[in-house]
Formats: sequence, structure tokens, C-alpha cells
Amino acid sequence: MAALFSKKNQEAFSSPFLKNNPVTVQVLGICSALAVTNKLEPAIVMGLSVTVIVAMANVIISLIRKTIPNRIRIIIQLVVVAALVTMVSEVLKAFAYDVSVQLSVYIGLIITNCILMGRLEAFAMQNGPWASFLDGIGNGLGYALILIIVAFFRELFGSGTLLNYPVMEKLGLYEIGYINNGLMLMAPMAFFLIACIIWVQRAKDKSLQE
Amino acid sequence: MATKKYVCDICGYTHEGSSAPDVCPLCKATADKFSEVAVAGAPAPKKRGINTNSDLYAVFYAAVVVIIVAFLLAAVSSSLGARQQQNIRLDKMKQILSSLNIKNVGDAQAEYNKVVKSDAIINVNGESVKDNGGFDVKNDEITPENLPLYICEVDGETKYVIPMLGQGLWGGIWGYMAVNSDGNTIYGTYFSHSSETPGLGAEIASEKFTSLFEGKQLLDGGNVALVVKKGANASSASEVNAISGATITCNGLNAMLEKYLENYKAFLAAKQQPVEADVEPAPATEATDAAVTEANVTE
Repeated sequence: MAALFSKKNQEAFSSPFLKNNPVTVQVLGICSALAVTNKLEPAIVMGLSVTVIVAMANVIISLIRKTIPNRIRIIIQLVVVAALVTMVSEVLKAFAYDVSVQLSVYIGLIITNCILMGRLEAFAMQNGPWASFLDGIGNGLGYALILIIVAFFRELFGSGTLLNYPVMEKLGLYEIGYINNGLMLMAPMAFFLIACIIWVQRAKDKSLQE
Repeated sequence: MATKKYVCDICGYTHEGSSAPDVCPLCKATADKFSEVAVAGAPAPKKRGINTNSDLYAVFYAAVVVIIVAFLLAAVSSSLGARQQQNIRLDKMKQILSSLNIKNVGDAQAEYNKVVKSDAIINVNGESVKDNGGFDVKNDEITPENLPLYICEVDGETKYVIPMLGQGLWGGIWGYMAVNSDGNTIYGTYFSHSSETPGLGAEIASEKFTSLFEGKQLLDGGNVALVVKKGANASSASEVNAISGATITCNGLNAMLEKYLENYKAFLAAKQQPVEADVEPAPATEATDAAVTEANVTE
């Protein structure tokens, strides 16, 4: 039992939150971080779906890693990810239609998410299923964390709402002349916000500075 | 460059470097006879018979994986197909009900059966083609000769629900529009989209936007008058304020409204009393830049 939570496994799980965050340190998954973060709700949904899929794909690839021919490993990884995502989406359509309607475009975005390929290639190909599972969950949540921070600011200042609750209106800011910043809803603002997060993180943690 | 260890499969010679040597110095085997081993690992564990780097193995492996995945997907898809179809039907009913301002119903099927009296098919001249079967008309089968029309009854009043399909910025948009029995006043609308930008184009699905349509007039003097435009006059009978930053989606919405209202115009006009009015051309030419930075999304 102790081996299940050995130092190495704990590391695999916790390091993606800050020290080795997939978005801010590994610089993976930037594309989807721009696309889904202008509202908090899709950001949360996307973060959780990626977490589930990365963990599952990591386990599968880790189980078959010794049999995969080296030269076609990327193709095999892609097939596994695409098959998983398609199956999850089919199951959702049959048993949780509302959720699948909500996820619609994001399902497709998961397949192309670089975090999946990055983690499969960098971790699952070398490590056992349990460590890979923890690594997948850790990276998924690390990704979700950044998405939620970015989406929080974009929705609050772009639409004046949080999870569609009209915060700014309730605070009475519109009456004293406050105007939502439409630029926040455009993709470039996500770049600026992610850059700010990276800046703060590197200022705090000297070991990340290059 | 990272140092890796390569072991010759023939004689066991170990080479360290970034890639396998071209020829084994001991037994003259070529590079493809070398297999990589983990650096940390002690003497490489002997492979269990199969060389995972051979071409044959790679082709065989890929084929097997693809066949397994194909079977899995086919099995999942066919075993869940019926359920998915049912869900799609239920969702369509919910959308129709939503246009009639009936939202969050528990049992969509029962509510639909209660509210929708018939799903007729009409043609562009307003003549009835069939009394039933409009619900099963597929999206690509909607033509001027084959137009579904839902005749509904809400609180004892007759409402007509018109389906619509169009193109947004990134993908399809669609909706249902419920019209009062006078064939002119909008009772309620429902819009949805497959992949419009959240916060901008996707706002056409929000209640905040669709509620703007309520009470607006579709036709003016026999012509389609309803239009979504920037800076619309709130007191105007047929103008709806567009969403800033979502110009292309709103243009698509306009094109959709115009096309479908044109199709149903004859039917709707027959329902209303002829009214003398100035003919106003519907301006659907709002081609300004999408980057409108004033942030108020509709009023």
C-alpha cells in the first residue's frame, strides 16, 4: 500500500499543479486555453473532461507501452485517444444528452489537446499504470486550474457575470458608469492573462527562470 | 544530447550514444538489429522473442489496434444508436416547447403531445400538403414544397411554430419561432447553434436575446420586416437589437429569418387581416467590422 503513494507517485500527482504546470511551465494546451475561457462554465467542463480523458489514456498507453513499436508510437497514441474521446461522447449522447449538448465542440477539442499527447509521450510511455493515472489526474487538474483562473477574469470583466450570475449588475456598478470590457472576450486577452500568470509564477519561483 | 543505450540483438554488444551505430563492431549487424534499453536499467532484459522494431511487427500491430478500435466503436455506436435517436427527438420537442415559452419540462414527450395539436406540412403558397409528419421531416428535406409547421395550443390560443436553419460564423444555427394566431406577432423564439463563440455569437441562444423578439411583427405590408440590426430602435415594431461583437452570427441570423419567413409568408399572410402600410425594404446589409468594442451585449 505504501508503494501506491510513494514519493515518486506523489510527485507525479502534485508537481503539475505549480512546479510543472502543463500550461504555464510545459506550455501545452494553450490553444484550448484561449478557446474555452471566455466563460467560467465551459472552462470548468473542459478542465474536468480533459482530466478524465488524460487519466484514462495514460493508463491504457502505460499498460501497452512495452508492446508498442517505437516508430509508430505517436499514431497508436492518437488512435487510443481518438477512440476514447469518441466513445465517451457516444455514451454521453445516450445517457446524458444535456451534458453532451453542452460539451459539443469541446469534445472535439480534447482530441487535439497537446497535453494528451505530451503526457502520453513524456510519462505514460516510461511509467507504470498507477503512476500514469496519477500523472494524468494531476496534469488535468493543473490545466483546469489555469483555465479557471483565466476564465474567472475574462467572464468577470468581459461579461460582468460569474457562472452566468450577474455580479456587476448586482453590485450596481453599471449605474455609476461602469462598462464591460469587450476586449476581454477576444482570444488575445487570454494570451495576456496566461502571460501574467507565468510572470507571477516565475517571479515567485526562481528555479523556473531561464 | 541525451545518452541512450543500444544493445545488439545478435551478439549483445552495448553501444552508448544518441542513436544506434550503423554497424555492430562485433558481429557487423546493421542498425535495425539494435534495440534501445533504459539507461537506468541494469543489463538489458532479454526481449521475449518478438522484436518490436521490425517492420512486420509494426504493420501487424497497427492493423490489430485499428481493427480492435473499429469493432469497439461500431459496437458502442450500434448498441447506443436507438437511445441517442430517442434523445435527439426529445431534444427537438424541448426546443419546440421552448419557443412556446414552455421551459424546463420534466416529461417533454407528454408535454409535447399536450401542446402540439398537429405537425403539418405546407408549401410555399401556404397550401396544406399533409396534416401529419412534419416532425419527421429531416433538416435537409426542408424545401419550399415541403415545409413543416407545428400547430400548437397554449392556454386555449392557437400558435404556429416555424422551424429555421441557417449558417452562423463557425457552423450551423437553427431555431423555432412561435407566431400568434394573427400570423404576424411573435409569441416566442428559440435559437441555438453548434459552435458559435461563447460570450459573443453564442449569445443568440440566451434568453436575454430571444426575449427581445417577443411581440415583434414579422411582416409589414406583405413583406418580411423582421430584422436584427445594430442600434435598433427599441420602439420599432420589427427591429431587434443585434449583439455587438457578433456581427457575422447576426448576419447569418438575418439571412435565416429572411429565408424562412419568405417561405412561410403566404401562409402567415393568409392568417392576418390585410393592413394598408408603407412597404419598407428589410435592410440585411450590416457588414461592419466584428470588432465592436462597446461592451453592452444587447440592451
